[in-house]
Amino acid sequence: MTTVDKNDLFEYALRLGDTSLVLGHRLSEWCGHAPEMELDMAMSNLGLDLIGQARLFLTYAGEIEGQITGGQGRDEDQLAYLRDVLDYRNFLLVEQPNGDWAVTIARQFYFSVFQQLYFQQLATSSDEQLAAIARKALPEIEYHVRFATEWVLRLGDGTEESKRRMQEGLVSLSRFTAELFESDDLENRLIAAGVAPDAALLRPIWQERIEDTLREAGLETPPPHRPVLGGRKGHHTEHLGYILTEMQYLQRAYPGAKW
Amino acid sequence: MKQEWPLWEVFIRSKNGLAHRHAGSVHAADAQMALENARDLYTRRQEGVSLWVVPSAQIVASDPSEAEALFEPAKDKIYRHPTFYDIPSNVKYI
Repeated sequence: MTTVDKNDLFEYALRLGDTSLVLGHRLSEWCGHAPEMELDMAMSNLGLDLIGQARLFLTYAGEIEGQITGGQGRDEDQLAYLRDVLDYRNFLLVEQPNGDWAVTIARQFYFSVFQQLYFQQLATSSDEQLAAIARKALPEIEYHVRFATEWVLRLGDGTEESKRRMQEGLVSLSRFTAELFESDDLENRLIAAGVAPDAALLRPIWQERIEDTLREAGLETPPPHRPVLGGRKGHHTEHLGYILTEMQYLQRAYPGAKW
Repeated sequence: MKQEWPLWEVFIRSKNGLAHRHAGSVHAADAQMALENARDLYTRRQEGVSLWVVPSAQIVASDPSEAEALFEPAKDKIYRHPTFYDIPSNVKYI
C-alpha cells in the first residue's frame, strides 16, 4: 500500500472539517428566523450535527499537524477561529447564503445526498480515524437527507409560489454542485492510497437520486451550467468572508477568550 | 397573512416495552413534518425510541364541567385498588 503524506492528510481533513463547519454555521443563522419555531429547532439540530463532524475532523487535522511539526498542532478552535478566508477549504456550495427557505432546502438537498454517498465510502477508508468519523456521522446524514428530500417534495408539490421558489433555489445553486465531484492531485494520491473516496464515481448515482426526487416533486432538473470551482484552493465566493467575520469575531477581538 | 399550521399531539415511548406517553404538541403542515418536528423538539436528549403524532383536532376530550359526574363516583370505591390481597412471600415480580 502507498504511504500517505501527512501534509496531504492534514489538508484533506481540513477540507472535510471546513465544509461541515461552514454549512453548520450557515444553518445556525436560521435560529430565531425560521418560518416556524419547530423549524428553528430543526435547523439548529442539523447545524449541530455538522459542527460536531467539523470538531472531529479539525481535531484530527490538528493532531496530524502536530505529527508533521513534531510538536503541538493547532486545536479545533484555533483552526476554526484563527484561519482566514484563503486558508478555508470548504466547498463553495455550503457557503452560499441561506436565501429563502427553498434555497436553504435546495442547498441541503444537494449537499446531504452527496455527503451520504461520500461518507458511505469514507466509512471504509484505510485511515481508521476518518472512517470512524464517517461511520459516526452516517445516521445523522440519513436524517438530513430525509428532512431535505421531504421538503423538496412538499414545496415542489405545494402551491404555485412554493414550487416557483423551490425551482429557483435549485437552479441558483446547481452551478456549485460540480465541485463536489472534482478532485485534484492531492485527492488523487489519497484515492490511490485508499484514504479518500473517488467522488467522480459517485456522480451518476447522485444525479439519479436528485432527478428521482425532483421528478416526484414535479420539478425540473436544472440545466447544466458552467461549474464554479475553487474551494479546495481557498478561492471562495464573496460570502465566506462575512461568515468568518461573524464566526470569528469573539476570538479575534478577545484572543483566547473562554466561556 | 401568516396562517398557522395545524397542531399535533406528540407521544413518546421512552423505551421498548413501555407505553407511549404524551409529551406535548407541535405545529406541522402534514403528518411527516409533524413526526420530524416532534423528533427535533422532543427527542433531542434521548427521550425515546418511538414516536406517535396525532392531529390534535382528532382528540376527543371529556368536558371539564362533567368531571364531577365522570370521576367523583370512583372516589369512595377504594376496594377497586388491589391492595386487599396478601401476597405470598415467594411470589416474585410484583
